[in-house]
Amino acid sequence: MNAVTSTALSKPTVPVMRITPPTRWWILPFGELWDFRELVYFFVWRDIKIRYKQTAIGAAWAVLQPLLTMLIFSLFFGRLAHIPSEGLPYPIFYYSALLPWMYFAAALQNATNTIVENQRVITKVYFPRLALPLASVLSGLVDFGVSFAMFVVLMIYYRIHPTAALLWFPVFILLAILTALGVGLWLSALNALYRDVRYVLPFLVQFWLFASPVAYPASLVPQKWRWLYGLNPMAGVIEGVRWSLTGKTSPPGRLIFVSTAAVLVLLASGLAYFQKVETTVADVV
Amino acid sequence: MTESVIHVEGLGKRYRVGERERYFALRDVLTRAFSAPFKRNGARRSKDYIWALRDVSLDVHQGEVVGLIGRNGAGKTTLLKLLSRITRPTTGFAEIRGRVGSLLEVGTGFHPELTGHENIYLSGAILGMSRVEIDRKMDAIVAFAEVERFLSSPLKFYSTGMQMRLAFAVAAHLEPEILLVDEVLAVGDLEFQKKCLGKMQEVSRSGRTIVFVSHQMGQMRRLCERVIWIDGGQIRDEGPTGKVIAAYESASLSSGETLSGDGHCFLNWSIDGKDNILRDGLREVNFHCQVHLREPLSQGHYGLKIFNDSGVLMVGWGIDNLDTGAGIQEIRLRVPLLPLRPGAYSVICTLFNKGNNLTGGHLLEEWIAQPPLVVDTRPISHPQDRWAGVLNLPAEIQILPE
Repeated sequence: MNAVTSTALSKPTVPVMRITPPTRWWILPFGELWDFRELVYFFVWRDIKIRYKQTAIGAAWAVLQPLLTMLIFSLFFGRLAHIPSEGLPYPIFYYSALLPWMYFAAALQNATNTIVENQRVITKVYFPRLALPLASVLSGLVDFGVSFAMFVVLMIYYRIHPTAALLWFPVFILLAILTALGVGLWLSALNALYRDVRYVLPFLVQFWLFASPVAYPASLVPQKWRWLYGLNPMAGVIEGVRWSLTGKTSPPGRLIFVSTAAVLVLLASGLAYFQKVETTVADVV
Repeated sequence: MTESVIHVEGLGKRYRVGERERYFALRDVLTRAFSAPFKRNGARRSKDYIWALRDVSLDVHQGEVVGLIGRNGAGKTTLLKLLSRITRPTTGFAEIRGRVGSLLEVGTGFHPELTGHENIYLSGAILGMSRVEIDRKMDAIVAFAEVERFLSSPLKFYSTGMQMRLAFAVAAHLEPEILLVDEVLAVGDLEFQKKCLGKMQEVSRSGRTIVFVSHQMGQMRRLCERVIWIDGGQIRDEGPTGKVIAAYESASLSSGETLSGDGHCFLNWSIDGKDNILRDGLREVNFHCQVHLREPLSQGHYGLKIFNDSGVLMVGWGIDNLDTGAGIQEIRLRVPLLPLRPGAYSVICTLFNKGNNLTGGHLLEEWIAQPPLVVDTRPISHPQDRWAGVLNLPAEIQILPE
């Protein structure tokens, strides 16, 4: 009894870390990730700094990209194809959808390459690898903020007043972040093992764009297939963002429950797969 | 009896052959999946694996400075990578008490587009420091690295020497309880190497534990009380520094360091018959080389080449038509001056009999001279490393009036 107590007292604060062969990869290192939260912050900070230093017009890209896409969509899908916009001016209709969509597409791009781009660091120092895809998904939020400022200008120009639905906006953004993280975890781990993933990505993003209500309203999808459509989490996110920002379109309704469930499955499976790959990632990248 | 802060038992790491060299394309996986049923040897065979480290058990106590020695590829770096959790073991386990800092590369996480100041934050965070900690140590880091004036310029404008100084400065201020260091002190000029060694001694005196890898036995002797010799992924010997290093050096002299040729004819070398250190590059230098000839030399060829630490050939000499008898002989090569920049250099000596490599001579031995050449002079060319070049020559300037 005495011996036990004194042993425990002699090393009160120093925890023992046990290094073993990979087992139990489904146990997630959330506690450890919390210890490394500042590193996540520094990765985000680095991504943003470098992106804005290396581009000639810096933050203006974050506005130009959705703005030009919005103009093209308004012209071709709106004026020429007369796609219904649920009573919204086309620029508002498209820009409100492009906000979450562009964030999502860029986050996938960043997350896919993050393990490979950071291979020097990964092979030379330990940190929870989860910090990398997490940071790559979060760093897109700055661009999102910049392009959102442009949206406010559009809202003022078209004299659209936000309604109480705006309170739901953060919820949909959170859902967008989680979707990007779920898919990003899968892609970053897969790309570390199989480098063709990054060539597949542009096609994936393009297909996904047409499977999401960016260029058209979800109401065009027949009612009885709507739940299936909701399995694409971005469908729920985009419909939700459009509704919460303008208050004019119909709320996403049941679509959002299906989408949320899909996000949770994506996220859980993404985390598990990433953890499994993490144990060997320093050996293969 | 101090408690052991690193306890390793039966640790092993197995790699698939080729796993570290290449990644897989999805295409390969698909091809394999389809072709596997038709292949008899589709199953993984044991020879597809190599053990980088096998059944290693050791203990390191608090406050100890332990050196790891061994040839390239012996498993020293793998051991450090396992202890720092960069990669996971295949067998066995390790228990670590206290915060671990690993320094396997100088400048981990540096980005060329960011300023020196920004890189200190980034690298510090990656190595495991908190923001508050970096804020607090910023002045000390900057002073140690001697980069005050360049702090707000992007790292890409720094000389290699400056980058090294900055990188080591960040790592040196990490102050973990256990520091794992891989061959990082082999870089940088001698002045800075001395400074780093001093810092490491200071760290160990404050009760922290250091495990470090080096090929420079002089550093080992100065820093470590105990040395572990790793060979072929296993511990070959461990014990007091002097004893283990002596065993290692005699083993590598008798077997390892010969590149090709059939005899071990080179015995030792020195500058002016003293040691391996060049202290004045602007005076006459004599390379002494003792050889043991099993047959008389007729029309022999002797070559001596000097490479810098990036493997760039600095200078080479080759002398033909040498004749001498068998037995132990001393070859002296005299050069009027050798104005190399300070640093460590490899010297490669070759000896042919009956001709040279072009005339079909017989290669007796190509020897990487041990210990390497150390040039310990004061840098006198351009103050910025990237404009200084490879020579260290004095210059005088004069401005003539109109």
